[in-house]
Amino acid sequence: MFVNRDIRDIVLEGIAASPGIAIGKVFLLKEEFCLIRKEISKSFREVERKRFDDAIEKTRNEFMVMYNKINDILGENYAHIATVHLLILDDPALKKDVYKLILDGVNTEYALFKVFDKIIRSFDGISDSFFKERKIDIQNVAKKILANLFGNKGKSLTEIDEKSIVIANNLTPADTVSVRGKKIAGFATDIGGKTSHTAIIAQGLAIPAVVGLKNISSLVKAGETIIIDGDKGEVILSPSSKVLLYYKNKYDLQLSKIVELEKFKNLTSETIDKHKIFIFANIDHLDEVSLVLNKGAVGIGLYRTETIYFNRDSIPTEQEHFDTYSKVVQQVSPHVITIRTFDLGGDKLTKMRLLNLNFESNPFLGLRSIRLCLKYPEIFISQLRAILRLSVLGKVKLMYPMISGLAEVRAANAILSEVKKDLRKENIKFDENMEVGVMIEVPSAVAVIDSIVKEVDFVSIGTNDLIQYTLAVDRVNENVAYLYDPMHPAILRFIKRIIDEAYKAGIKVAMCGEMAGEPKYMPIILGMGLDEFSVSPSQIAPIKKIVRSISFVDCKTIADKVLKLEDSKSILKEIDLFYETRGINA
Amino acid sequence: MKEKIIVVLNKTGLHARPAATLVQTLSKYQSIIKILKDDFEVDAKSVIGVMALAAAYGSKLKFIAYGSDEYEAIVAIENLFDSKFGE
Repeated sequence: MFVNRDIRDIVLEGIAASPGIAIGKVFLLKEEFCLIRKEISKSFREVERKRFDDAIEKTRNEFMVMYNKINDILGENYAHIATVHLLILDDPALKKDVYKLILDGVNTEYALFKVFDKIIRSFDGISDSFFKERKIDIQNVAKKILANLFGNKGKSLTEIDEKSIVIANNLTPADTVSVRGKKIAGFATDIGGKTSHTAIIAQGLAIPAVVGLKNISSLVKAGETIIIDGDKGEVILSPSSKVLLYYKNKYDLQLSKIVELEKFKNLTSETIDKHKIFIFANIDHLDEVSLVLNKGAVGIGLYRTETIYFNRDSIPTEQEHFDTYSKVVQQVSPHVITIRTFDLGGDKLTKMRLLNLNFESNPFLGLRSIRLCLKYPEIFISQLRAILRLSVLGKVKLMYPMISGLAEVRAANAILSEVKKDLRKENIKFDENMEVGVMIEVPSAVAVIDSIVKEVDFVSIGTNDLIQYTLAVDRVNENVAYLYDPMHPAILRFIKRIIDEAYKAGIKVAMCGEMAGEPKYMPIILGMGLDEFSVSPSQIAPIKKIVRSISFVDCKTIADKVLKLEDSKSILKEIDLFYETRGINA
Repeated sequence: MKEKIIVVLNKTGLHARPAATLVQTLSKYQSIIKILKDDFEVDAKSVIGVMALAAAYGSKLKFIAYGSDEYEAIVAIENLFDSKFGE
């Protein structure tokens, strides 16, 4: 529908990360001195420069106050500290370099950091400790300017009011953990792509979200009313009453839709021609279990264990693993739960001071996930022991992430059988037949999938990383996020190959990426023969609804057809046509 | 262009306070003023630069002034160092 927009409406375009409409007051998340490099578009560079000038002015006033205070109390001889600070603030070299970086298109915080960092480094080379100490004066000035740049505009997430819209440069996993259980209306962030952490969490909580908005966190004021359109990927600032009304109607419609989807939770997930599929859920946390089982999931297809590593500075012990997971496993029982082992990068552990790894310039291709587990088996072993012990409490499956070839499967399984041996020796019970599978998310694993399927009990297609690695697209980089295309023919052919090889070997195959939860793609994936889907909680009902409105025969036809197509545009056209001719609104 | 070689003779060298005094004084002049120490060259009107020189007692510094008031600038520099920055 076309809306006449008032001049008051400021529409920011971003990436639709989680569907739905949210109307609410802005909650601006306090940024730590987060020195993230942001690209500033040409039209905003002057604004950015003004921010810098304003911060300098504010800092100057503070230093003047400090000077006068010291001068009054102790006299001029002592006030020179403030004089030095003032001179640093006005240093011609500093201003010139910062201006240059800002006009080249980076944000002020980053420009300031870069310039100060260079200056401070030059002091590190000084051997005379007395002079070396002068860098503290410079650091103090840098901190003051930065503090004035950020202002006291933000708060921490624990202080959030209900029905607020959270605005931030970026939400870290730790931020999103603290959001859990709070009724937040929506999210909008400067950076991120469709499958960034914020997007995944927002979908999990069924909260509308828009990411990749570039500079929303510096454009909005705390407390003002804004609208998030998570379907279109837009945020509307200072909406006019006309637009507000339009979105209020849309919001009401959305609520009634949620009520409508409710009725699907107790219906079977099968096609018109009685082809049954299994819908599982992806979860991170105990809180989500009752929610997803209520929505009609038949089990947990992916239990991510990473949250146990957040907000701590020691490696979790076997008992901590066991205690955390056992509550989840018991609540899921008698349903199946697939526990995925450690899937973090070395950078995260280093930041948490759990490990001390060198900086990796390319962490997504670095020491992460199963690679880290194989290099530091002690991290892996304590988790494996806990999972094995859990296998007698419910129907537990084990899954290794980021497998790139058979050697890694064998290495991981070798450690697993050692762990099993130890447990037997210690007379600790576990399920000897616990199924062990792998995630297929690295292109090389697809190439050798015929060998992998012979040595595992199941595979699960992790589409997010598979797409990212296959198409060489960083999914959180907004400059290339548009290339992240699940309907790329390469991806569809890969998926088809994985499904076919798994069935040939007589093992189960599931899909646990975002793609599995996208109703639009359902006919194709279903038609390729996949029957286990693990999706985020909010997608269970929509997926079920679609499945119940289509036939397996038709799905097979369209799957065969699109596998022969050569570009995603024609594939998407074919899907649209599929729905159009059946009068289905996907 | 005027040049002047000066040996730092105040006890604490060009630390924060003398550096500040030097920069404040020289900022009043139009001329471009540079300080050279060994191979290191800094802008004499930049307090960060002057502090980064780490010019301790006994350091030999070369001042170069270039501009309409270069002569006056060099005289001012000499006076400052002669007075040992009032220490």
